[in-house]
Amino acid sequence: MEKKAHIISLLVSNKPDVLARVSGILGGRGYNIDSLSVNTTMSTETSKIVLTTTGDQATITKIEKQLNKLVDVLQVSDLTEDDSVQNELALVRMKLTKENKPDILKAVETFKAGILIKEQVCCIIKLSGKPDEIESALAHLKPMGIEDTVRTGTIALKK
Amino acid sequence: MKLSGSQIFIRSLQEEEVDIIFGYPGGAVIDIYDELHKSNLRHILARHEQGAVHAADGYARASGKVGACIVTSGPGATNTVTGIANAYMDSIPVVVFTGQVPTALIGTDAFQEADITGITRPCTKHNFLVRRVSDLAETIRDAFHIARSGRPGPVLVDLPKDVMQAVIDYEPVPRPSSTDPAHKPDLTRLPDVLDLMSMAKRPVILLGGGVILGKASDELGEFARSVRIPVTSTLMGLGAFPGTDPLWLGMLGMHGTYFANMAISKCDVLIAIGVRFDDRVTSKIDTFAPNAKVIHIDIDPASIDKNVRTDISIISDCMPALQLINKLIKDKRFVAPEGRHDDWIKQISQWRSEGPLTYCHSSDVIKPQFVVEKLYEITQGNAIIATEVGQNQMWAAQFYKFDHPNTFLSSGGLGTMGYGFPAAIGAQLAFPDKLIVDIAGDGSIQMNIQELATAAQYKLPVKIVILNNGYLGMVRQWQELFYEKRYSHTDMTFQPDFVRLAEAYNAVGLRATRPEEVESVLKQGLSTPRTVIMDFHVARQEGVYPMVRPGDSIAEMDMGRREMIN
Repeated sequence: MEKKAHIISLLVSNKPDVLARVSGILGGRGYNIDSLSVNTTMSTETSKIVLTTTGDQATITKIEKQLNKLVDVLQVSDLTEDDSVQNELALVRMKLTKENKPDILKAVETFKAGILIKEQVCCIIKLSGKPDEIESALAHLKPMGIEDTVRTGTIALKK
Repeated sequence: MKLSGSQIFIRSLQEEEVDIIFGYPGGAVIDIYDELHKSNLRHILARHEQGAVHAADGYARASGKVGACIVTSGPGATNTVTGIANAYMDSIPVVVFTGQVPTALIGTDAFQEADITGITRPCTKHNFLVRRVSDLAETIRDAFHIARSGRPGPVLVDLPKDVMQAVIDYEPVPRPSSTDPAHKPDLTRLPDVLDLMSMAKRPVILLGGGVILGKASDELGEFARSVRIPVTSTLMGLGAFPGTDPLWLGMLGMHGTYFANMAISKCDVLIAIGVRFDDRVTSKIDTFAPNAKVIHIDIDPASIDKNVRTDISIISDCMPALQLINKLIKDKRFVAPEGRHDDWIKQISQWRSEGPLTYCHSSDVIKPQFVVEKLYEITQGNAIIATEVGQNQMWAAQFYKFDHPNTFLSSGGLGTMGYGFPAAIGAQLAFPDKLIVDIAGDGSIQMNIQELATAAQYKLPVKIVILNNGYLGMVRQWQELFYEKRYSHTDMTFQPDFVRLAEAYNAVGLRATRPEEVESVLKQGLSTPRTVIMDFHVARQEGVYPMVRPGDSIAEMDMGRREMIN
């Protein structure tokens, strides 16, 4: 069966060890978490965990069933690309020189990015978008001199 | 009403109708033990925390109730891990209470501190760290509910010392409603099951531990007999269907009977009930029941399609599913095929005579299978049998016929050496008047031998049958078959004198070294109303057969004929 990326969205009790339980189920059974995002919901009682993992449909179904067995997991949804909106955030610190400055500013415009701080020798850019959009923006910026990057996990919401 | 955490603990256990708790005291639980001392709750002092959990597990398996256990923090807690993992793999309802350092010291590497909720997360159904005394009663209630509901399993509750000392105004927690809506069975597809069965020419029922946990043995028996379908079982299912019934095929799998494995390999419809298709059952998965439409009934959705692809799956406790099936059959919803599987049953009889479950008898040396056969004969199948793990376990499974559920206590999933004896202690406490026998090997009995002191202290007439071959026999057998007889560290060149060991613990020790002594030693040992060790010096290199080599199809069995020739 064809392997592909899946976005699994979990509604969980907002307790200190829930993330460990969720990641333990995946890690302990040999499934990799590609990206992860956790925060509270509108209710302080619950949190939402959005994780992405890769596998064929049978494997993903097994993962979902195991997650469903956790007492603190209230709901498991497998969000496909088509029925949800996805986004992630990246921060990029770039070296600023006379030569690359115009290119960077142009790229910021092209990718609808924002500049969070701009100093004499460096700037920090904020990128947001679908994971593949972030990938291509980073690939574009790379030759201009990236010093460091950080990315959040993908978040996704059903349409 | 002002109550301390420790007093709430005792009260909560009484509300859960716990009549016995296995444990071992220590600094972090000293307040709880002080309240235990004042209460009428029966506490059994084990000699090692692992023994305490296995005893609670054996109590649970034999009685069908939830087992309870209490230990101290740190090493007390970590010593329970094997017992917890054992209960987890076999879905046994046990609640383990562990002491913990005071909340203010958690995370400081305090004396006897261990992150036991972290350690046991992968081997508990759920676990709790109680941080406030106001949460205690509800947490204990939830722990018991989780342990026994759905697919049962162990739950750990970590109790910091200050929480148990704290005093609050206590109000009783309301009882939860009896049925958990999450586990409401979906039986809509049961009529399809009957349609498929009506078309079957070569059907087989495969049952597992879920039938015992779901207390559905009677329903299963009624079902199998009314449709005349042969029955095989996993190790965990032994006793759920009578071992003396003509439809019984014996256990299947790596050391299953020839006819059970052949029936599975050739069947056209497989009705699997309360099983999880462990690799010791299926062996090579692609060749497991290759021609069969598979019907799988199980309480745990995660077991469905995990290892074996099903054609019809029913997520339900075994009892309601079987009750409805039986009702549909009575209502003539099921059309029995012409001849009622006559040809199929004839075919199975032929396999039965071609490859019977047997061994080569000897008049010079005691054969371990002979000891188990004699034990069955003398007890007439009316004992509760616990086993250790390895050859002793397989011979017990093969040669003792189990007619009743909850009478075979064995570590199926985890394969824990040292399980059987403490489990037998737990079973004896659940049923003081029943005959409880631990079938052991000389290796595994030494893994929790300290529990002889527990048996002595509470005057428990548990019987231990040691099939003593001086080897770690199952590993030796693999070395013989797959490692060119390089017996690396499986020869136990030093053995204690088990008879004198028994005497040191105020138990009775008996020994047999010749086949003609077997019967008299068994008779004497079983009729002695004390703890008894019977040490049988058996054929050292006897193997367990049939055997499916790891990775082979279960239709390809090594019948051990070379031993027949010897």
